[in-house]
Amino acid sequence: MSLHNYTIKQVEQMLQNEEISATELAQLSLDQIKAVDGDVQAFLQVSEEIALEKAAKIDETKAYDKKLSAIPAGIKDNIAMNGLNLTCASKMLENFDPLYDATVIQKLSTEDALFMGKLNMDEFAMGSSTESSAFKKTRNPWNLNHVPGGSSGGSAAAVAAGEVMFSLGTDTGGSIRQPAAFCGIVGMKPTYGLVSRFGAVAMAPSLDQIGPMTRTVEDNARVLEVIAGHDKNDMTSSKEQVPAYAENLTSELKGLKIAVPKQFLGEGVSEEVKESVENALKMYELLGATVEEVNLPHLAYADAVYYIIANAEVSSSLARFDGVRFGHRSEKATDMIDMFKKSRTEGFGEEAKRRILTGSTILSGRDNFNEAYFRKAQKVRTLIANDFKAAFEHYDVIVGPTAPTAAFEFDSVVKDPLTMYMSDMLTVPVNLAGLPAISVPSGYTEEGLPLGLQIIGKHFDEQTIYRVAYAYEQATNHHKKRPSLGGAEA
Amino acid sequence: MANITKEDILRTADLVRLELTDEEAAMYSEQITEIITFTEKINEINTDGVKPTTNGNATTNVLRKDEPVVWENREKALENAPELEERQIKVPSIMD
Repeated sequence: MSLHNYTIKQVEQMLQNEEISATELAQLSLDQIKAVDGDVQAFLQVSEEIALEKAAKIDETKAYDKKLSAIPAGIKDNIAMNGLNLTCASKMLENFDPLYDATVIQKLSTEDALFMGKLNMDEFAMGSSTESSAFKKTRNPWNLNHVPGGSSGGSAAAVAAGEVMFSLGTDTGGSIRQPAAFCGIVGMKPTYGLVSRFGAVAMAPSLDQIGPMTRTVEDNARVLEVIAGHDKNDMTSSKEQVPAYAENLTSELKGLKIAVPKQFLGEGVSEEVKESVENALKMYELLGATVEEVNLPHLAYADAVYYIIANAEVSSSLARFDGVRFGHRSEKATDMIDMFKKSRTEGFGEEAKRRILTGSTILSGRDNFNEAYFRKAQKVRTLIANDFKAAFEHYDVIVGPTAPTAAFEFDSVVKDPLTMYMSDMLTVPVNLAGLPAISVPSGYTEEGLPLGLQIIGKHFDEQTIYRVAYAYEQATNHHKKRPSLGGAEA
Repeated sequence: MANITKEDILRTADLVRLELTDEEAAMYSEQITEIITFTEKINEINTDGVKPTTNGNATTNVLRKDEPVVWENREKALENAPELEERQIKVPSIMD
């Protein structure tokens, strides 16, 4: 049996009918990890004992009626899990032992999910290919010479390779959605504030969100239901009621009004990507929706705004890593300031340093940079949010491609930071406006690489996004394809 | 047009406590100039009277009672420290 071929609901049925045990599920995941992770390299740490112990406990009580009973899951390594290191794929935190479980981990644990391990990522979540991890390169299960996307590359690859049934990623400028598109799975970035960030290492605090990555839309809805909700430990967390996303899931689309910003299908987006979106839109019209092009003029500036704000916030978020109380401390330091410098220089990789330097430059008082760049960008951010607000007065969802191309080859983009940043151009506007958005599989290139469709919704309207995504998923077969990796077959 | 020189980078690096070789400073100077120049297109937009967005959402001033809580994990909190001496974190000297 392969975890690949079942939904969470189906597995819960099998558990309740005693056709399979929690221990067997844990073992299936561990076997698949052994079979394919040598190639995929999604995992930084595999928590075999923790998973088997929990599975044994579940089997003992035979209580299989929790929302995620015995479902194998992987966690991006910037989310704290007691008992395992929290590395953020950085030498800075290589041996760091977190003091508590993140709120999302506590919630998943209460619903009896099985934690199979921590997943690889771009260092400190900064990147779009997972190539900047200090420890290993995760490979795209669909073609091992191509990147899985980033920064949640390990999270996407582990799901696509059938190693786990769901994973958690984080998304600041597209880091859940873009790897989901590159790896042919479903990735949801919730509304800012829906999911608690307590226990997630901050990158850009006004943009970060944790979200589920799964093979199907229904699975995604089930996981979001569990991890969402107000948390007093996260003061940006929202008090909005969390709907029963999975239970309420329908595929009824009649009367749905879809807007497609022309800025999403412009220069830089490949022909294959454009074609897959156009086919998706035709499908939506067949299903009863109306599709109209809209003009969201400030979207053309979203990447500029993002790289100003994100880098500025990052330079602040990373200031705490100084070698004093935790994390890497250099052994070569002669005095305190030297310790700060050497620890940070040895601990951080190139991309982290570049963003710290860029962000600090942008925030500096010298030459009025702070006002001219940071403040200005914050104002344009308001205008971008207003563009979306105006569109949502007449439309229910906004649709377009998730990424401008399919997954690129290793080393092809990483040497040019600006080109790497451009691969985010379709996803960053969403974080700037704090909106929810999902990526669903929308087809494959001629080379067999996955493509993703992005569906953006109104604040706290994840239910509509799921409905729109589900309808498309059920009307197509994209989600039924599997990468040919070896490991378990049907 | 922004021009972030190698000297600018070295000065900033000092402030953010990073050590760079000459080659690194030259590389970052080029890349960061390119990145910042790229972002200057936002100057095309008129933002008179527009309020800046400073947070991810509208929550402000979330308060709680100022009550002490027992933190169970005090020993564990010290375990990540690079160097301990009698439950105090030891660091190199701050001044001579």
